[in-house]
Amino acid sequence: MTLESPNGQVITGSVRLVHAAGMHARPAVKLTKLAKKFQAHISIRASDAAEWINAKSIAKVMALRAARDCIIQIKASGEDAEGAVAALVDLVAADFPDNAS
Amino acid sequence: MNERATIAGLAYRGRTASIGFAHGPFVRVDGATSSGRVAAAPPDEAAALRAALVSAGQQIAKLAEAVGGDAAQILEFQVALLEDDDFLDPVFAAIAEATPAHTAWSSALEEQIADYNAAADEYLQARSSDLADLRDRVLRTLRGGEGEAPKIPGGAVVCADDLPPSQFLEIDWSRGGGLALLRGSPTSHVAMLARARGIPMIVQLGSVPANARTALLDGEGATLELDPSAEQIGLFERRRDLLRKNRASARAILRRPAASWAGEKIRLLINIQRVEDLEHADAQYADGIGLMRTEFLLGQQSGLPDEEMQYRAYDAVLRWAGKRPVTIRTFDAGGDKPVPGFTVDGESNPFLGVRGLRLCLARPDIFRIQLRALARAAVRENLKVMLPMVTMPAELEAARGIFVEAVDQLQSEGIPAGLPEIGIMVEVPAAGLAIEQFDASFFSIGSNDLAQYLTACDRTNGALANLIDPLQPAMLNLIKHIVDYGRRAGREVSLCGDMAGDPRCVPALLSCGLRELSVNPSALALIKQTIDGLSSGAFRV
Repeated sequence: MTLESPNGQVITGSVRLVHAAGMHARPAVKLTKLAKKFQAHISIRASDAAEWINAKSIAKVMALRAARDCIIQIKASGEDAEGAVAALVDLVAADFPDNAS
Repeated sequence: MNERATIAGLAYRGRTASIGFAHGPFVRVDGATSSGRVAAAPPDEAAALRAALVSAGQQIAKLAEAVGGDAAQILEFQVALLEDDDFLDPVFAAIAEATPAHTAWSSALEEQIADYNAAADEYLQARSSDLADLRDRVLRTLRGGEGEAPKIPGGAVVCADDLPPSQFLEIDWSRGGGLALLRGSPTSHVAMLARARGIPMIVQLGSVPANARTALLDGEGATLELDPSAEQIGLFERRRDLLRKNRASARAILRRPAASWAGEKIRLLINIQRVEDLEHADAQYADGIGLMRTEFLLGQQSGLPDEEMQYRAYDAVLRWAGKRPVTIRTFDAGGDKPVPGFTVDGESNPFLGVRGLRLCLARPDIFRIQLRALARAAVRENLKVMLPMVTMPAELEAARGIFVEAVDQLQSEGIPAGLPEIGIMVEVPAAGLAIEQFDASFFSIGSNDLAQYLTACDRTNGALANLIDPLQPAMLNLIKHIVDYGRRAGREVSLCGDMAGDPRCVPALLSCGLRELSVNPSALALIKQTIDGLSSGAFRV
């Protein structure tokens, strides 16, 4: 897991998806719910895919079809971007615990 | 009455989704349709859909609150979609261009459903029924038909094409009952709910008449009997009582050392669909992995899996097994398992088409990547590789040729690699009958397809369940023929189909000379106990 905070506006992070079944319905719901708590514009992608998708869209997050062990990259811009990236990295790294929504 | 008489006593076979027994009234349920709604002007259509989405969200939230726990989490996926602007914006854009609200909504959902259905991952396919659930709920609300929950008597055997989770939750299961689905999947949300509630459930029954009055549902044996006779009911009840008693003692038996029968050790291995199946609590007690399917690797969004990704999956399983043997089957795509970019489209009979090894040999570009990954994994030495759907010895030799090439190439690149033992899955009768022609290290009998091809019965067609009976002489003779050859030639023979996990079949398999069976992790305890009972004479009939 890495967290960089360049001088610019965009905060990025990345984390390995350890969830046994990959990014399936329950983890995807938790991820989008958490993302929606932040004002920041948040995008994610899986394993260096070309396209970044909106982390607040359940349809898009499910469509990632992210498998176990792939690297989820997160980038966010906006006021609470730093907190958003940190929270999402924690959520994925901790394997989507039930108390994290 | 005549029609009733023809269905009385008929039995249908599907796949187990949740174990248990149910005996009750037979109730047929069907899904919603979107007919009978007249569209208004675009702004009103948009407002109508918005109102329907809000109302549907409230209905689901209310339901989630009432059921709580895991079931509520399942419904959250639907709520999240209702609040997903990226998903809804195109729907409203279509409405603004004069598409009726119900059409715009349905087509957006249909697109998603098709997407999930196309996934090779069974878990993802199963999500499509959650989406159908949401589609139908919003459509009903749009039509003004709220709270349409069908009236179902307590303890009923409910039969549907597929049943969405919210409809399952609206049924009162407090008096028991069971669920029989014509399609559906054991990994669907509704199957998870049924298991959690202890409601027996069968999926993939194919077609079943709608006009029966009562039914017996046996989740264990995956059978549905309609309008049963007194004799059928008696047998059913005896089976139920026996299994209840057995289950309690089965778990204790798991911890004991290997099962044995007639003085010989019986090796019990497990079948896995994906790496996560090893998380099953009973998996640790297996003597190895008799069948690791690899088709799950073909379900990735990023397209076909690369060598590194495959290698990591294989290596993870070999590491888990330690010194125990692991048999990995090369891609068995085609048949009922289409894979975009790999399988052949438009075959008139895919089960008899270019599938399994036939397809891999037709696509050496894809096959070579898998064999390279397997050759790298083979350095752990507990790996065996099995080829599916082999018909002629030349196919085995062609595959071996590509495998040897892959090993040589890896070694010349300085990458550690080895050639594992190569065996074949025996599921084509032609291969079984001429088994001595195949220079394979081992043979694994795939009894599901072998029975299907031997009896010319589509195994998903419930109306043929009697003809595809795996215990018929033709099947047992062929199994014995293969086992006898294996003994003479010193080649290992095992069986990895549903027969191995069916306690009724086990005595016959042992009598045929089989000493190695591979079953789903959930059946391990039951089969070990069955063998234990056979050797102590308790079950001898």
